Amino acid sequence: MSEKIPVLELQRVDKSFGPIEVLNEVSLKVNAGEVLCLLGDNGAGKSTLIKTLAGVHKPTRGKILMDGQEVAFAGPRDAAGRGIATVHQFGGTFPLMSIGRSFFVGVEPTKGWGPFKRFDRKKANEIAVKAVQDFGITRIDDGERLVGGLSGGERQSLAIARAVHFGARVLILDEPTAALGVKQASHVLRIVNETKRRGLAVIFITHQVMHAMAVGDHFAVLIRGAIAADFRKGEKTREEITDLMAGGETMAQLEANVEGNT
Amino acid sequence: MAAVATGGTGGLGRFALRPEAGSFLGLIVVYTFFAILGGQNFIGSPGWSSWLNTAADVGIIALPVGLLMIAGELDISVGAVLPASSLTVAIISGHFGLPIYLGIASALGVGIAVGFLNGLLVTQTGIPSLIATIGTMFGVMGLTLGFTILIAGSTGVFITPDPLTKSLFGDALGGMFQVAIFWWSGFAAVIYWLLHVSPWGNWIAALGGDRVSARNAGIPTQRLTILLYMLSGFAAAFVGVTQVITFGSAQVAAGSSFIFNAIMCVVIGGVLLTGGSGSVIGIVLGTMTFAIVNQGIFFSGLNPNFGSIVIGALLLAAVLSNDTFHALALRHAAKRS
Repeated sequence: MSEKIPVLELQRVDKSFGPIEVLNEVSLKVNAGEVLCLLGDNGAGKSTLIKTLAGVHKPTRGKILMDGQEVAFAGPRDAAGRGIATVHQFGGTFPLMSIGRSFFVGVEPTKGWGPFKRFDRKKANEIAVKAVQDFGITRIDDGERLVGGLSGGERQSLAIARAVHFGARVLILDEPTAALGVKQASHVLRIVNETKRRGLAVIFITHQVMHAMAVGDHFAVLIRGAIAADFRKGEKTREEITDLMAGGETMAQLEANVEGNT
Repeated sequence: MAAVATGGTGGLGRFALRPEAGSFLGLIVVYTFFAILGGQNFIGSPGWSSWLNTAADVGIIALPVGLLMIAGELDISVGAVLPASSLTVAIISGHFGLPIYLGIASALGVGIAVGFLNGLLVTQTGIPSLIATIGTMFGVMGLTLGFTILIAGSTGVFITPDPLTKSLFGDALGGMFQVAIFWWSGFAAVIYWLLHVSPWGNWIAALGGDRVSARNAGIPTQRLTILLYMLSGFAAAFVGVTQVITFGSAQVAAGSSFIFNAIMCVVIGGVLLTGGSGSVIGIVLGTMTFAIVNQGIFFSGLNPNFGSIVIGALLLAAVLSNDTFHALALRHAAKRS
């Protein structure tokens, strides 16, 4: 496993905003066909980390590598162009657009020529519907339906299918299951597994340990902007992970106070 | 209108879920109401010409303003661009006696330039478009008044257009139906194409839905916003041209009623105030509804001094029904599977 060159790797990345240090020597790697779960409580620096990975923020120090080569993202579009796709908590961001239209925002299929190019609605709807159905979401069968009318899980699935369709290699999922019910969440987890099976590298951000354990190959716990624990599947129990996440900070202090070290 | 026929395709159930369904219903209700009160005159050509003429003028402006609103922006400056354009024509071709095409081209150029400035302000400074375009509105008003007094020495300038120009922009068929109605149909067709057929429509809706996501998806959001402002500036200037040629004179104070009237037509037409959704057929229907109320009052025997009350009530009813129809469409989408 360690022989493989990670698709995306962070080496001792720091990020500060003025005097405030948000990320502190974060090192991570994620391989193709693997799910890396990033666990952390609110304020641990998860969103800053995601934005750094997605090209929104530039690291203050440290390196980002893709396929072993150092890269510097010029911006979110550059990162997206290199195959890094981010799907946010609420998935579809255009609730009043149809599935077919929102799927192809910015890359509309057209027919006709020159200034008389027409948006090819039929094709857009067909491709969009097929892309989600390939992920097992057969409930979506009409590309004319509005995104806002889909359930939270379906929206997530649509957004993931969209990223995969447009050639994403690294999929960053920002709390995809946080706002979902049990059944919806399990749909999304199934899609995460399917994405992994298709050979994408997935970074799954969550604070729900159960969801992480259901799909994760590799886990990293983020506390106060630093990686507090880094382990592989099966190395820690659910209780240990929960302790790490929920009580991480206080536990660490406690131990330091009592024993002087950890 | 062709719009009615288009809206009705695909069965009643399907139609009820279209965004323009609410505005179509509103139109029927309002027309019936004034047809009963206004009688033969309102149902006949005097009534039709009266409200169609009103609809055409405000409608030409409402269409691009509607696009802007779908893209999540407002344009208040149209109210100042209109008289600025009229006076440009009147001063260049009337006061100085230069060829009319020069006057018209300059007037349209003024509109496009103001639109460009609006677009730059909104995209580069981050000032909310409501405020930015109020600013340019006052700027353009001041320039118009200042230069008109400086050059012509009065607040009104006269022009006698040649017959060809008159027949193109300012004539009335049968003495009643202004050619602006045909221009309005043309504008509606072009903007229908833009919003519903060409890929641009997707970009405009995405822009109004979520600007950041739209940019991340590769849409040139700034250029698109600037172009949309140039389009509304052009349309306002175009109406200014038709007005000065129709009336043979331009007044500094004209045009301010168009600001809210255009926005009202768009909202009655079902465009979401927060952006991201709307249709050209809806805007056209909304414009017709607005014009029917606006003119119907004079046929109805109601005291026209109270007419604004009806327009205000209509606007509120329109927003309420729009929300209902949007909710309906979303719920339908959720239930279907």
